Amino acid sequence: MNRALFLLPLLMLAVLAGFFGWSLLSGRDPASIGSAMVNRPAPALPFAEPRLKAGKPVLVNFFASWCTPCLAEHPLFMRLKEREGATIVGIAWKDKPEAARAWLAKLGDPYARVGFDQDGKVGLDWGLSGVPETYLIDAQGVVRLHFRGPLTERDLAAILPLLRGGS
Amino acid sequence: MIPELGHFALILALAVALVQGTLPFVGAARNDIRLMALGGTAALTQALLVILAFGALTQAYVASDFSVANVVANSHSAKPLLYKISGVWGNHEGSMLLWALILALFGAAVALFGGNLPDSLRARVLGVQALIGVGFLAFLLFTSNPFERLSPAPPDGNGLNPLLQDPGLAFHPPLLYLGYVGFSVTYAFAIAALLEGRVDAAWARWVRPWALAAWCFLTCGIALGSWWAYYILGWGGFWFWDPVENASLMPWLAGTALLHSAIVVEKRDALKSWTVLLAVLTFSLSLLGTFLVRSGVLTSVHAFAQDPARGMFILAFLLLVTGGGLALYAWQAPKLTAGGLFQPISREGGLILNNLLLCTLAATVLLGTLYPLFLDLLTGNKVSVGPPFFNATFVPICAPLFAALCVGPFLPWKRAELGPALAHLRIAFAVSVVAAIVAAAVIDGRATLSAAAFGFGVWLIAGSLTEFIVRVRRGRLRTMPRAAIGMTISHAALGVVVLGALATASWQVELIKTMKPGDTAQFAGFGVKLESVVPLQGPNYVAERATIALTAGGAPYTILTPERRLFTVQRRQISETSIHTNLLRDLYATLGEGDAEKGWTVRLYWNPLAPWIWLGAGLCALGGFVSLSDRRLRIGAPRRSRAAAQAAE
Amino acid sequence: MLPDPALEARAREIGRALRCVVCQNQSIDDSSAEVAHDMRRAVRERLAAGDSDAAVFAFMTARYGDYVLLKPPFKTGTLVLWLGGPLVLLLAGGGLLLAARKRRPPPPPAPLSEEERARLDSLLGPRHSVAPHDHEMSATVWRGPSR
Repeated sequence: MNRALFLLPLLMLAVLAGFFGWSLLSGRDPASIGSAMVNRPAPALPFAEPRLKAGKPVLVNFFASWCTPCLAEHPLFMRLKEREGATIVGIAWKDKPEAARAWLAKLGDPYARVGFDQDGKVGLDWGLSGVPETYLIDAQGVVRLHFRGPLTERDLAAILPLLRGGS
Repeated sequence: MIPELGHFALILALAVALVQGTLPFVGAARNDIRLMALGGTAALTQALLVILAFGALTQAYVASDFSVANVVANSHSAKPLLYKISGVWGNHEGSMLLWALILALFGAAVALFGGNLPDSLRARVLGVQALIGVGFLAFLLFTSNPFERLSPAPPDGNGLNPLLQDPGLAFHPPLLYLGYVGFSVTYAFAIAALLEGRVDAAWARWVRPWALAAWCFLTCGIALGSWWAYYILGWGGFWFWDPVENASLMPWLAGTALLHSAIVVEKRDALKSWTVLLAVLTFSLSLLGTFLVRSGVLTSVHAFAQDPARGMFILAFLLLVTGGGLALYAWQAPKLTAGGLFQPISREGGLILNNLLLCTLAATVLLGTLYPLFLDLLTGNKVSVGPPFFNATFVPICAPLFAALCVGPFLPWKRAELGPALAHLRIAFAVSVVAAIVAAAVIDGRATLSAAAFGFGVWLIAGSLTEFIVRVRRGRLRTMPRAAIGMTISHAALGVVVLGALATASWQVELIKTMKPGDTAQFAGFGVKLESVVPLQGPNYVAERATIALTAGGAPYTILTPERRLFTVQRRQISETSIHTNLLRDLYATLGEGDAEKGWTVRLYWNPLAPWIWLGAGLCALGGFVSLSDRRLRIGAPRRSRAAAQAAE
Repeated sequence: MLPDPALEARAREIGRALRCVVCQNQSIDDSSAEVAHDMRRAVRERLAAGDSDAAVFAFMTARYGDYVLLKPPFKTGTLVLWLGGPLVLLLAGGGLLLAARKRRPPPPPAPLSEEERARLDSLLGPRHSVAPHDHEMSATVWRGPSR
């Protein structure tokens, strides 16, 4: 009993070090905050018919004309629309409608519909922390995936199966 | 050429540290005086070499040598000289070099001033110091070489993070590291004692000055960091329970416990294995802080550029140092003879309660800091552990600690009764109850936890002073050891910190207003007028400076001039607060976003007793230094305590 | 800012307990980030609509998860977090008390009762009468060399 007590600090260190090693090896991003939306019905969108019940998967992308990372992910959305025929809804967040329209006119418009969230209230309902952020909603209208920051090629591996499988 | 010399000096230092970390152990095992004496020579040589390396890097910074990659990444020719120098440790590589430097200096100090130690103990302490040094030097040379060259050399550097261009933060890391690394000496003493299988009163007397010196530096370092956060982060807070702050608080709590438990070893020959464990844990917590800041497992405002490869190295090192120490502990500590009996109500009983509560506090901070990491890995759930959590868990444990703190010094060793001690404290108790009632009535209008906490602050001061007065009344002022005077100062100073922190946090008054030049407002009994906002050109920034005139009763009182600075090289905005203090309260102003058309967001805070936080922390450290100058420590270690005093300068 | 000072005070209190999701350990009350601004406004809208504090927190966690609370909720996943500290205190403190009790020297024998003393006196005779204050005296000696 007494002897075990002297071993206790060493055991606790082992547990602690295990967690640290796990964290370092797992490539966990400590800044990631996750999303409370995943696996829940998609919140409302700023349209006349605000719920998403498209019967096929939809990507919802929050963007803004003043946002530089949005510029980086833009070609990816063009490709998703052209090659995959994906339905993408764009929400311009804290952006003037004319500025957002001009931005899309210049770069090309990947969106099936564009909505405007000038005061950030829609974004709040989606648990948005900034732009760009992207959500994948399945055919039943449930959020399946969430990406904070610009979408990259690597994220397509997760998106494409769901996008194709659902249609 | 000079950077290569520095690099070479580091390699040599590693070689010397390897020698210092092996041969003295062999010498101690074979009782070979010559091999044991080698430790001292090696420690001095190693220190000289690391000083040389550090000097070489400093030279590269001062001369803005942009062929050195580290200088390019963290300096700029237009930077003031002070920040060119502080830039040396304002980055990962340089701060590791500073760490290695302080480690080598402490090793040299043991070599120089440890003449009265038994040869074998001294050899082993130096050997352990050197092994820690090997780890840091290897880390520097293999993963974080500060002397790496860049070719071709760019015309100018990227500049230092503007947040770090501040006199408070220039000296914060060296003080903090003096504390962290100072505990490496107590660790080395603990390991040496475990190897020798002997812990006694003499050992405790030898360890205590080192623990005390490290503790004083750590106290100053934490206070300076908190002061910096107070005036730079711009909303009048002083402690944010940020992971990096917590990382410095944990070794402080464990180190404070160590200081107290070492007394029990010295006076009663008890708590031996516990004290050795605390010495190992305190330094381990210092290393843990380094790991958390640099590995990227947690995010923080203060964290350095993070790199998982470095994280793995530090983790391995942490495991070697802590794991090695704890394994040795598990093996050897049961052999340490348990000390005498102890009674719950006695001086040693009080000190054990102190240790219990301080360690619970440290465990609470550790759990709160790491819990988001644990939960994320185990379940994928993200949680935040912020100030409200620590207020709810940390503060309640402080209450019994503070309550007992004033009683403990009245209890005699071995066996005591509470009655006489409490009788002495009657007046102090009455004073603090009255203070709490007055605070409740005058400030809040109702009985609140803040008022109770106010009473606790007064209790700490009054109770500590009572103990001092009782001693003086018994005519023992002349013979009173310095350690006792230091204790009184530090204990009372804790009360000063509590009062300052509590008053600022609970009774702050604020004014947040969008103002244009000429606008006026009322605030905490002052008339406020925004006189002007003018552009300004600094050495490496452009700024807007507001002039805010405060009037009291119609008469001009003071002018506050907060600025918003844009650092041109990094394109970062920093708000420069303006503070008027009379030591009882701060008037604190910051300038926010705005322009002439819409006006500027002006924030004004009235922070009651805020200066007491740092005043108290300074006094707390002062108490430690007074205790360090104690005659008994000088007799026990005539030359060593002088070393500590020199290091204090 | 809400016109009703009591409601505004509640909004500030709630704001201090909600984390700005893009900041480092900052509450939405302290942060100047866009999202923090939106969240501050939402808190005030909910309060003005008559929501309780708990309902406002529920509104936020529905959108941002537990991450948004600076004080984690007390539930299964956070049991260890909340109870870890007190548990350490209880276990270590209890262990220490037990150890002290086990190691405590046996208490001095209880003073003799009148009856016993009378019997002893009668056995030993009047010369050896047992002084009733023996134990107190030894206790004073104990306390003597304390300082």
